[in-house]
Amino acid sequence: MKFVTCPSLGRRALSEFTYGGRLEKEPDQESVSEKAWTDYVFYRNGAPQTLKEWWYHRPTGIWFLFERNTLTDRITQVEFANRGIENEA
Amino acid sequence: MPLRLLKYAWKKSEDEPRFFPDETPLKKAYDVVIIGGGGHGMACAYYLAKEHGITNVAVLEQGYIGGGNTGRNTTIVRSNYLTSEGVKFYDESLKLFEDLSDDFDLNIFYSTRGHFTLAHTDSAMRTMRWRAEVNKHHGIDSEVVDVETIQKEVPYMDMSCNGQHPVMGALYHAPGSVARHDAVAWGYARGAQQRGVEIHQKTRVTDIKTKGGKVVGVETDRGFVEAKKVISMVAGSTPRITEMLEIETPIEIFPLQACVTEPVKPFMDTIVVSGSLHVYVSQSSRGELVMGASVDPAELHSTRSTLDFVEGLTDQMMDLFPFTSRLKIMRQWAGMSDITPDFAPIMGKTDVEGFYLDAGWGTWGFKATPVSGKTMAYTVANDTPHELIKPFSLSRYADFKLVGEKGAASVGH
Ligand SMILES: Cc1cc2nc3c(=O)[nH]c(=O)nc-3n(C[C@H](O)[C@H](O)[C@H](O)COP(=O)(O)OP(=O)(O)OC[C@H]3O[C@@H](n4cnc5c(N)ncnc54)[C@H](O)[C@@H]3O)c2cc1C
Repeated sequence: MKFVTCPSLGRRALSEFTYGGRLEKEPDQESVSEKAWTDYVFYRNGAPQTLKEWWYHRPTGIWFLFERNTLTDRITQVEFANRGIENEA
Repeated sequence: MPLRLLKYAWKKSEDEPRFFPDETPLKKAYDVVIIGGGGHGMACAYYLAKEHGITNVAVLEQGYIGGGNTGRNTTIVRSNYLTSEGVKFYDESLKLFEDLSDDFDLNIFYSTRGHFTLAHTDSAMRTMRWRAEVNKHHGIDSEVVDVETIQKEVPYMDMSCNGQHPVMGALYHAPGSVARHDAVAWGYARGAQQRGVEIHQKTRVTDIKTKGGKVVGVETDRGFVEAKKVISMVAGSTPRITEMLEIETPIEIFPLQACVTEPVKPFMDTIVVSGSLHVYVSQSSRGELVMGASVDPAELHSTRSTLDFVEGLTDQMMDLFPFTSRLKIMRQWAGMSDITPDFAPIMGKTDVEGFYLDAGWGTWGFKATPVSGKTMAYTVANDTPHELIKPFSLSRYADFKLVGEKGAASVGH
């Protein structure tokens, strides 16, 4: 089993979390062009890389942001999603 | 086939010819380079040579033939999809599958079993009725059946699922089949090679070169080769190839795992799938139960196996087939699934002239091997998409023309 160490919660089994996909910068809905919007919704570089991702801790209902490499599966950073992040990628 | 076996038995020496000839050096230039020697790549090479007379073709495979998802899948072949586009496409594949053993003069062990997709909820029953109607409209043998019918066909199944989620009915698809995956790749590969195609194993494409927006060749770990046209048929490695050309796609890679039990006496000749429990099972000709589930929870470019998967799967499987609690798991493995948001493939031309894509096969692309090869060969030979794959273009997402296939493809096969 894989474990991850979180602020406040300490060491938790990864199976307690639900994956919420990668963090991406949402374009401004008022001014965005159709192309930029579909790029945001659908098109991406899916090659192996280090990503910021949403992870939801079910028992406590807390959203976290993990920095994780999609080739090695190493989690290198864990933070509360609602701290200091204003929808920024 | 039996005649050939007899002839072989009377011979004193073992002079059966090698299946594939020894490795040759790469040529300087090819008309077509296919990246990926899985079933799709081999089938495409085969049809390019056989139906379009294009034989100056090289298939470049970084590992060995069929060593990707082709050799890792649970081999379920069916056409009872949800969308018209999907049903027509997969039905064509099923028809091609039925003749492959003869075409190849090689037994692919194509075995028609009948396929049950169980429904445990009202909403699942609704999807089954919907699928049955779409299927029948296209002349596919597909119907909703009741609990008694299922119990008769699959006598060892606990229809109450341990009292947890009773089976309410199922979609039954008589043509549902299994086949020997390796033989499919080998048959296509040998057929292509006999017609002049070159297959280079242990040859990895490291870059794709363009000039003025047009493909000119590929860089490999054995040097540069010129190519007028390049087709990417690499399933779980697709994003690494498209990145070379800065092409963005909606594809994300998720591991998909499977496992088999020790062999037991034949007791179940049908394929059983439960969408609600996220599991499926069939019994192989050796007697093993071949089992699979949904993809792993998060994006990952890896073929590692996990205990979480086996625990989750066997937990559900024991509700369906209580006696399996006594069986041992013999092997488990994983492949990399190239998942799209609408659970339909991405096929055809791209914005880069001479570069073609066959991808987004996720957890369901083995059954598409023949038809993908055939339609991609047509598309490349004519530089225009085959009618059957027009709905699957990479640009469909930008046009918001998705092919909502999730209701029929979200469990791993
Ligand atoms: C566990 C599991 C169960 C499945 N079950 C089913 C099922 O029951 N029914 C079904 O229809 N489908 C199923 N699938 C899906 C199916 O296996 C795939 O969609 C299908 O096999 C894809 O075939 P392919 O030829 O496109 O890819 P692959 O067989 O993966 O071949 C791609 C090849 O490309 C090579 N390659 C990659 N990068 C490079 C490079 N840079 N240079 C050279 N070569 C490269 C790889 O080594 C690989 O051999 C399952 C998949 C998995 C993982």
